[in-house]
Amino acid sequence: MDNLLSITTFIPAIAAAILALFLRGDDEAAQRNAKWVAMAATAMTFLVSLFILFGFDAQNTDFQFVEERTWIMGFTYKMGIDGISILFVMLTTFLMPIVIASCWTVNTRVKEYMIAFLLLETLMLGVFMALDLVLFYLFFEAGLIPMFLIIGIWGGANRIYASFKFFLYTFLGSVLMLVAMVGMYSAAGTTDIPSLMGFPFGTDTFSVLGIQIIGGMQTLLWLAFFASFAVKMPMWPVHTWLPDAHVQAPTAGSVVLAAILLKMGGYGFLRFSLPMFPIGSEVMGTLVLWMSAIAIVYTSLVALVQEDMKKLIAYSSVAHMGFVTMGIFTFNQQGLDGAIFQMLSHGFISGALFLCVGVIYDRMHTREIDAYGGLVNRMPAYALIFMFFTMANVGLPGTSGFVGEFLTLMAVFQVNTWVAAVATTGVIFSAAYALWLYRRVVMGDLIKESLKSITDMTARERWIFAPLVIMTLLLGVYPSLVTDIIGPSVAALVDQVETAQAAFTPSAASVASH
Amino acid sequence: MLSQDLNTILPEIILSLFAMGAMLGAVYTVKDKAATLLVWITSGLLVALAFWIGTTGEGTTTAFNGMFVDDAFSRFAKVTILLAAAAVLIMSQEYMAKRDLLRFEYPILIALSVVGMMMMVSAGDLMSLYMGLELQSLALYVVASLRRDSVKSTEAGLKYFVLGALSSGLLLYGASLTYGFAGTTAFAGIIEATSEGVSLGLLFGLVFMSAGFAFKVSAAPFHMWTPDVYEGSPTPVTAFFATAPKVAAMGLFARVMHDAFGNSISDWQQIIAFLSVVSMFLGAIAAIGQTDIKRLMAYSSIAHMGFALMGLASGTAFGVQAMLVYLAIYVAMNIGTFAFILSLQKDGVPVTNIASLNMYSKREPVKALAMLILLFSLAGVPPMLGFFGKFYVLQAAYEAGLAWLAVAGVVASVIGAFYYLRIVFFMYFGAEQDEQLDASASPVLWGFLVASAAVMVLGVINLFGIEPLAEAASLALVN
Repeated sequence: MDNLLSITTFIPAIAAAILALFLRGDDEAAQRNAKWVAMAATAMTFLVSLFILFGFDAQNTDFQFVEERTWIMGFTYKMGIDGISILFVMLTTFLMPIVIASCWTVNTRVKEYMIAFLLLETLMLGVFMALDLVLFYLFFEAGLIPMFLIIGIWGGANRIYASFKFFLYTFLGSVLMLVAMVGMYSAAGTTDIPSLMGFPFGTDTFSVLGIQIIGGMQTLLWLAFFASFAVKMPMWPVHTWLPDAHVQAPTAGSVVLAAILLKMGGYGFLRFSLPMFPIGSEVMGTLVLWMSAIAIVYTSLVALVQEDMKKLIAYSSVAHMGFVTMGIFTFNQQGLDGAIFQMLSHGFISGALFLCVGVIYDRMHTREIDAYGGLVNRMPAYALIFMFFTMANVGLPGTSGFVGEFLTLMAVFQVNTWVAAVATTGVIFSAAYALWLYRRVVMGDLIKESLKSITDMTARERWIFAPLVIMTLLLGVYPSLVTDIIGPSVAALVDQVETAQAAFTPSAASVASH
Repeated sequence: MLSQDLNTILPEIILSLFAMGAMLGAVYTVKDKAATLLVWITSGLLVALAFWIGTTGEGTTTAFNGMFVDDAFSRFAKVTILLAAAAVLIMSQEYMAKRDLLRFEYPILIALSVVGMMMMVSAGDLMSLYMGLELQSLALYVVASLRRDSVKSTEAGLKYFVLGALSSGLLLYGASLTYGFAGTTAFAGIIEATSEGVSLGLLFGLVFMSAGFAFKVSAAPFHMWTPDVYEGSPTPVTAFFATAPKVAAMGLFARVMHDAFGNSISDWQQIIAFLSVVSMFLGAIAAIGQTDIKRLMAYSSIAHMGFALMGLASGTAFGVQAMLVYLAIYVAMNIGTFAFILSLQKDGVPVTNIASLNMYSKREPVKALAMLILLFSLAGVPPMLGFFGKFYVLQAAYEAGLAWLAVAGVVASVIGAFYYLRIVFFMYFGAEQDEQLDASASPVLWGFLVASAAVMVLGVINLFGIEPLAEAASLALVN
C-alpha cells in the first residue's frame, strides 16, 4: 500500500461527495442516513490510519509512507509523515468520529453539516501530511471554507460577525505566508518541503525602509510565516478572533476548532519556522518567549472574569497554546517534546470541555455561567466527567495536561528563567479560573427553578466521553507512549536547528561588513 | 504574397464576411425572426474558428508587411476570446428573447467586435492596432444601449461612447507622438528606434498610449465608466464586457509593451505596477458598499485586471504567461458568475439586488453551491483555480523584484474577500424571507454555472493543460 496516506486523507472527501450526490430529501430518514454515512466514513478513516501508526518506524527520522506525483506549475503532490506529524494525524482521525457523534442531535440541514465536517477532516489530514509547500497551503487555507460555513450557518446569534472575523483574520495572516512561499520558491526553485528544510535561506543583514533586519531574508520569511501561524495558534495579541468564533460556533465546530485547527499553527512552527529559518527563529525567539508568557498570564486573567462558559474555555485555550509556543522556541528536546505533548493533550481536554458545555447547552440553551449552579444534585455522572476534565485542564499530575506543562516549563527554565517564572504563575491562575468555573456551575445547592428538571447524560453522551477520558489518563500516567514516537524526529530537528544556529556568526560581524 | 497574407488572416475574413452576409440577409428577409437562429449560427462559427485556430496555427507568420502578426500569443488570446464570446452569446439567447431584446443585430455586432478583438491581439503596427480597437469599441457602444427604451441602457451606451472616445483620443495622441519620434508606426521599427533608450517624446507617447489602454482594460484610475456601463447595459451585454474585451485589451496592452517597447521595460514597469496596485485596492474597497451585483462585478473586474496587470508589470516572459493563465481563469469564472446573475429573476423581471439572494441556498442548493465555489475562486481561496491564477502573477511579480507589489496584492485580496463573502452570507446565513426569487428553469444557464464551478474545482488537477500553451504564447511575445 504505497498510497495509504492519500487513501486516509480522501476517504472523508469521497463520503462527502457521495452524500452530496446521492442523498436526497431532508426528512428524518435522510438525516439519519447522513449521520451514519459520516460516522462510518470517519470511523473507517480512523481504522485505516491505525495501519499508518502501526507501520510507522519511530527510529527512522526520515519521512515515511512518501508518495509523490508531478503536479502543475512545478509543484508536486507529495505526502509523507514523520514523528512530528504522525500523532497529529492520529489525533484528527481519532477525534472526528467523536465529533460526528456529538452532533447527533442536530436537525437543521444535516446533510450539509456532515459534508462540511467530512471535507474539513480531509483538509486537516492533508495539512499534516503535505510535503509540498503549495499543497500544504492549499489544505491549510481551504480549511477556512468549511469552518466559515459551519460557524455562519449553524452558529449562535452573533454568528455572522464571528464567521467573518474568523475568515478575514486568518486569511490576512496566511496570504503573507503565501508571499513568503512565492519568495522561497523563487529562491530555492522547488516547493518540496524536505529539500527546503536543508536550503540555506539568506541571513545577511540588510535594511528595509531604514530598519536593519538582523538575519536578513530568513527573518523576513520567518515573520511572514509567523503572521499566519500566530493567528492560527492563536497567540496574544492576535487571538481575539478565537473567543468570538468559539462562542458562536456549534458545539462540534468548537471541538474541531480547539482540538485540531489550532494545532495547525504549532505544527507549522515545527515543520517550517524552525527547520527552514533557524536563524530567523533565533533572532525572534526571545520575543516569542515573552509573548507566550504574557499570553499565559494575560489570557488566564481574562478567563477569570468571563461570564460565558465557552468564552472562558476559549481563553484558557489561548493560555495553553502559550505553553506550546513557549516550548517550541526553547529549541531543546524537552521544549519540543512538551509542546507536541501539550498540543495532543489539549486536543483531548479542550475538546472534552467544549463537549461538556455542549451537554448542558443542549438542555438549557444558554452558556451563561450564572444560569447554572448545583448541577451535581441532578447530574452526578456529568459532574464527575466535568470534574475530571477540569482537573486535566488545570494540569493535575496523572492527567496528560500535567506532562505538557511540566516539560515546557522545565525547558524554558533552562533558557530564560524570568519567562519561566512568569509562565508558572499562569498555572496558578488556570487553577483559579477552572476550579471557580466548576464551583459555580456544578457545586452548591440547586436553587434555580429552570434546572429542577434537568436530566443527566444519556448513554450516547457518556460513550462520547469514554475514549477522551481514557486517552487523557493514559497519556498522563504513561507519557512515553507519545515521546517514544516523536522523540527521534524531535531530536533530529533540535540537532539541525542547533547546528544551523551555531554556524551563524554573531550578527554584529555581518552588520559591520555592510 | 497577397494570397499568403490573405491566408494568414483567413479566420478574420471569414468572420467579417459572415457578419456582413448575415446583416444583408437578415435585413432583406425576416429581420428579428432570424435572431435566435443567428445567435446559434454565430456561436457555432465562433467555436469552430476557435478550434481551427487552436489546432492548426504554428510558428509565427506576419502579413501585410508586419501589420498583422499571427503567433502563439495571438492564437492563445483569440481562442480565449472566441470561446468566451460564444459562451456569452449562447447564455444571452433565452434572456434576451424573453425580454424582447433579441434583435438580429446583436449576434452580428458581437461577431464584428470579435473581429476587432482578433485584430487587436494580432496587431503589429499602430494602424492595425487602432483599426481593431475601434471596430471592437464601436460595436460595443451599440450593444451597450441595446435596450433602446431604457434610460439606463442608453445612458450606459452614451457614457461608454464619450469616455471611450476620450480614451481613443489619448491613445491616438500617444500614437502620433510615437510615430513622430520613432519615424514609423510598425512595432518592429519602434523597438529598433528605442534600442538606444527612449527619448522624451517617445516617453510621452508611451504614457499616453498606456492611459488609453488602461481605459480599455478598465484599470484604475481610468475605470470610472465601468460600474455605470456594467449596471446600465442589459445583463448579457455586461457578461460580454466582463470577458472577451478584457482579454483583447490586455492582450493588446502586452503586445504593445513587449513588441514595441520591449527595450524600455524599466520605463513602463513602474507605470503598470502603479495601475495594478491602484486597481487592486480600488476594486477591493469600492465594491464593499455595493448593493447591485452587476456593479459589484464591475469593481471585481477592476480588481482582477489589477492582478492581471501585475503579471504584465513584471516585464518578463513568465509574467506574460502568468497574465494569460490569469485571464483564462478569470474568463471561466466570470462566465459562470454571469450565468448565475442572468438566472436571477422575480416574476420574470431580472433582479440584481444582492439582498434578494436571501437564503437562496435553501431553494436552489445546487446553484448556490456552484456560486459558492465561484465566489471563493474569485476571492482566490485555494483549492479553487482562482488561487492558482493569483499564485502565478504573484510569483511573476516577486521574481521581477516587485515584492512590494505582491504584498500589496495579497492584502488587497483579503479586503476583496469581504464582499465575495457577503454574497455567501446572503445565500447561506440569512433569515428566511417571504419575497422569493423565481425558481429558474433555464438549463443552459444552469449548465454554464455548474460547468464553470466544476472547472474551478477540477482544474486543480492539471489546469486543463493550458500551462504549456500559455508558456509558448509568452515566449512568442517576449524573446
